[in-house]
Amino acid sequence: MAALGNRVAALGRIRLLRSSVFIQCRYSNTLPEATVEKHRKSKLAQDPEESETESLVAPRDYKYVYPEFLPDPKPQYRDRIREKLEHEDMFRRRTVLKIPEFYVGSILAVLVSDPYAPGKKNRFVGICINRSGHGLRSQFTLRNVVDGQGMEITYELYNPTIQGIEVLKLEKRLDPHLFYLRDALPEYSTIPFDFEPVPHPPGATIPVNPVKVKLRPRPWHERWERQDLQGLQDLELPERFYERAREVAKPWEKYDLMKQYRESINDDDAAKIMGYVYKKIQELEKTKER
Amino acid sequence: MAAYLMRRSILGSHQCLRTLSHQEIVSKFSTTKCLGEIQKMTRLHVVDNSGTGRIAEFTGRPPRCIHVYNKTGVGRLGDKILVAIRGKKKKAFIVGCKQKQNFMVPRFDSNNIVLIEDTGMPTGTRIKVPIPSSLRGNSGEFTKILSIATKFL
Repeated sequence: MAALGNRVAALGRIRLLRSSVFIQCRYSNTLPEATVEKHRKSKLAQDPEESETESLVAPRDYKYVYPEFLPDPKPQYRDRIREKLEHEDMFRRRTVLKIPEFYVGSILAVLVSDPYAPGKKNRFVGICINRSGHGLRSQFTLRNVVDGQGMEITYELYNPTIQGIEVLKLEKRLDPHLFYLRDALPEYSTIPFDFEPVPHPPGATIPVNPVKVKLRPRPWHERWERQDLQGLQDLELPERFYERAREVAKPWEKYDLMKQYRESINDDDAAKIMGYVYKKIQELEKTKER
Repeated sequence: MAAYLMRRSILGSHQCLRTLSHQEIVSKFSTTKCLGEIQKMTRLHVVDNSGTGRIAEFTGRPPRCIHVYNKTGVGRLGDKILVAIRGKKKKAFIVGCKQKQNFMVPRFDSNNIVLIEDTGMPTGTRIKVPIPSSLRGNSGEFTKILSIATKFL
């Protein structure tokens, strides 16, 4: 039997070799474009006709609690089979690790396994300044100032080396990202490693921290005056900076419905995905209770 | 292949010309974000407690990288470099980078270095800031740097 298996494997290898003559410059980990295109057009890759999930409607805020389940809105990256498989993997990871609800501006502590550390564990505390990515590749960035040295670490949310994510303070900020903390005074991003967890009663609304950050004088990493940021104090720039910001501003973009449609997952699609997520999360909680 | 490349380059240059002529009206320079790489002439930040480093920072002339001892010419974490500090040439190790790092590896707000003597012994006796935990996998000369570090993150 084993010999037969070997022969089959050898035959396969010959075939592979033969095919590699025709397809010369292709890496072993890629597929030809035609194959991918065929797969995308197949019936399997289309949205299935829904019957059982439509009864489940997720709470409205699920889109913001579990943003990583929403796929990339760029149509060239949509692949329904891959999304499905990734969702399965994400739920499997969630059976082992509790991934809490958090937002940009929340204070987190992340425990990572580290082969070089004495206890094989490494803990980092910081303020979440960004959340990005989709599916298994979703990531978040923590920032802190340790011994007067500003530092940031980006973690993948579903990386298997993460041993625990703890939310020390659950709150939101006024902006979708806090990259401007890099140019702010250090006290705005200094968090002690023994930060006492602030309890948050389940079901309560997430508080929004209205703090206005004071920046150091220029030079900065970005031109913050050109971005519509709410969490900044007066930037104290000469008038010409604001004039230029007004010149390059695109105030009509908020009325561009097609642009919004292209750059976000529409409500119908999101509701469908979130209904599925809601169902799976409820199943998860039930199995945990047992 | 060559024909393809040629076509690409011709197309590319053509497009470049078009955008250039368009940009001359708007602005004359590119405004991309800087990469924060450590390469020749990069200003650096000494994080050990050596007197040379402190005085160099204090007088407003922080050390400059004048050579990177690797093939790419871009200094990464744990690389050895040659710096110009207070009119002298000194060797140093990179212990923190400003540029984008891999997942789980910290990115710092400054390009941090630790000065070493020609013998390989560190000039200072203590590193004042945390250094990336991944550097603990380095061996050889770098272990002397690890022994004077105070905090790993």
